[in-house]
Amino acid sequence: MSGSLSPTEFRVPPVDAVALEARTADLATRSIKKDAKVQGLKLAIAMMDLTTLEGMDSPGKVRQLCQKAVAPLPARTDIPSCAAVCVYPDLVKIAAQAVAGSGVRVASVATGFPSGRTDRRTKLREVELAVRAGASEIDMVIDRGAFLSGRYGAVYDEVCAVKEACGDAHLKVILETGELKTYDNVRRASRIAILGGADFIKTSTGKVSPASTRPVALLMLETVRDHYLETGKMVGVKAAGGIRSAKDALRYLVLVAETCGDAWLSPEWFRFGASSLLNDVLMQLEKQRTGRYQRGTDFSTD
Amino acid sequence: MAKTDNKTSVPKRRANNGKLSFGGKWQYAKAPESTDHVAIEDRYGLFIGGAWVRPKSGKYFATINPATEKKIAEVAQANKKDVDAAVQAAKKALPAWRKLSGDDRARFLFRIARILQERAREFAVLETLDNGKPIKETRDVDVPLAAQHFFYHAGWADKLELLFPGEKPEPVGVVGQIIPWNFPLLMAAWKIAPALAAGNTVVIKPAETSPLTALRLCEVFEQAELPAGVVNVVTGDGSTGAALVRHPDLNKVAFTGSTEVGKEIQKAVAGRSVDLTLELGGKAAHLVFEDAALDQAVEGVVRGIFFNQGHVCCAGSRLIVQESVHDLFVRKLQRRMARIRVGDPLDKNTDMGAIHSSEQLMRIRGLVQSGVDEGAVLFQPKCALPKNGFWFVPSMFTGVTQSHRISREEIFGPVLSVSTFRTPEEAVKKANDTSYGLSAGIWTDKGARILWVASRIRAGIVWNNTFNLFDAASPFGGYQESGFGREGGRQGLRAYVKLRSGLLPG
Repeated sequence: MSGSLSPTEFRVPPVDAVALEARTADLATRSIKKDAKVQGLKLAIAMMDLTTLEGMDSPGKVRQLCQKAVAPLPARTDIPSCAAVCVYPDLVKIAAQAVAGSGVRVASVATGFPSGRTDRRTKLREVELAVRAGASEIDMVIDRGAFLSGRYGAVYDEVCAVKEACGDAHLKVILETGELKTYDNVRRASRIAILGGADFIKTSTGKVSPASTRPVALLMLETVRDHYLETGKMVGVKAAGGIRSAKDALRYLVLVAETCGDAWLSPEWFRFGASSLLNDVLMQLEKQRTGRYQRGTDFSTD
Repeated sequence: MAKTDNKTSVPKRRANNGKLSFGGKWQYAKAPESTDHVAIEDRYGLFIGGAWVRPKSGKYFATINPATEKKIAEVAQANKKDVDAAVQAAKKALPAWRKLSGDDRARFLFRIARILQERAREFAVLETLDNGKPIKETRDVDVPLAAQHFFYHAGWADKLELLFPGEKPEPVGVVGQIIPWNFPLLMAAWKIAPALAAGNTVVIKPAETSPLTALRLCEVFEQAELPAGVVNVVTGDGSTGAALVRHPDLNKVAFTGSTEVGKEIQKAVAGRSVDLTLELGGKAAHLVFEDAALDQAVEGVVRGIFFNQGHVCCAGSRLIVQESVHDLFVRKLQRRMARIRVGDPLDKNTDMGAIHSSEQLMRIRGLVQSGVDEGAVLFQPKCALPKNGFWFVPSMFTGVTQSHRISREEIFGPVLSVSTFRTPEEAVKKANDTSYGLSAGIWTDKGARILWVASRIRAGIVWNNTFNLFDAASPFGGYQESGFGREGGRQGLRAYVKLRSGLLPG
């Protein structure tokens, strides 16, 4: 773990909000049809972190979620598994057992999710426990209190510490962009997370509105692209929360395809954090295959 | 090779730079807009006095699809007699039209606007077929803006007195209008809407190579039951336009097109009691300062020069970027240019369509060759172009000096020339080093600098952190060889009224 960087390291180029949103709107007009649609929707499933993060989550619900992540539509073998299931730390063990051998990974939120308002030792301990219980991915939240008061070094130090606590587990750093409010903040927080060792930067917890938005995702993609071009090091992006329709998912994929390109069009470097999205994607895929929309009840609910 | 003091070399990648690849993993399927709903006749006559008439010349010529070079339809070649018939029809319609209350004229304009919206898809497809520009632009820019111009001016028709307090606005009379091929429908709307709102009648000549949407607009006028003769459309080549501007019964001429033809028109109306507005060429500068939001500035520069294949009089064809960010910015631009999807204009995912005509293509090629010959460095991304039709790859020259032809002459194509500056003073000086003065773009995050620079640039439109953004309420027009007069907004209406002082009865 390194000490705090000089504040100049956290300086980022400005973002023009109007133009960023205009570019996002322009890319939203891409028309994705036929083979491209099928391919894109399957990719979206393979990139999905199927998520349940409720106080009322139960072992049974998690097992069901895992089953769905492994085989989203059991009768159709051409439909890939999801990338991961994403749960609270106390349910990691159950999830790990349920997905064992399937290739689906277990992600756990940690560090006092979703607000992050607890002390550093508790956060690190939570990470260690989640990893020990079988999580291969940790979704941490940044300290927005520190960030918004300008203590960027503290945010950075915490990301570094959590990264170390993760060991071999992948670290996704949740910026909670709905609380950062400005695009300039999003870019700065992205940079801090990347410098701190994030394997992924993630938009949101899903507990704050707005959760992921496409302009924010585009900005984060531009940030990881520029980081890669500067250093040769790739960082992933996870758009989480608020993505409910297949159409929306395809629009995110267009952002990935036209900003970062082929390398990021893989579950290794781009993820969706979602729960209800999966069924809409499945429904659209079945529509493409059969020419008809199926009933909602034809798809299991989690 | 010509060199300036400033750094002008092509940037090299740093050794540890990663490389991005695109389009290898997920390609968009073809998404062509359907053309089934657009009925096109084999042959079009002239629209004079509310009726479709055969040209007295007896001659027709073909209009082709620039993306395929296939003939779409034949249109009439109006001669001097046809032009005279059109002007007489407009003259005949004038007394009743100008006598209508503003409120009544507004009704017609609102109707036209609504019908345009209802038939938006048809107009978008037809414009794309006849012009070569991508459907995404005709659908999202040309047609909605054309409708907006009719809506906007409908709103003014009964409020003209409010625009000119203490004076009485009266129509100028019969107006002759000549419009270019780069925005055929939109330019027709820009010209016709304010003229009608102010109580004038119109004879309009669309460009020879893109007449179809102006002719289709006549169907809208019929549908809206616009009185016969209020708008007349004569198609033809340059001789038709020449006959129109020389017609003795015109009270005003409004022209959008090349500076060369604009000067001819100015000569033709000299010594006559004819009002004139000219909207001509441009060689606009983007000034990118080091503190700008660079990724968004890249988007703006791309929109500025590659929008409508660069066939835009206010296109930002000169990029003047602060030396400290030149290399980075050029690298970003190169990457972004490689993402521009060039091809079938009817495909909804096409960003850049066909060059409008073989003539224009030759002109672009000639000027690009001059850039190479004079020592500027050409960048063109790899780009597969269709076999038939007229195409040009998005292009950028670095190492351009102020004296290169490509930085002085209007190319009217997808060609950007890049040079650098070190101080704001130098930026302004270079931006103003042109015989034109239509538009400019300033890219900086600093508010004070925006105002400082904008107030020193001699151009009719100065955009800040955006480019090629149009609105009916915003006046458009130029300085110097970019012409005079304004279109759009309150200022645009001024050109379509005569003001009489004092409070006159009735």
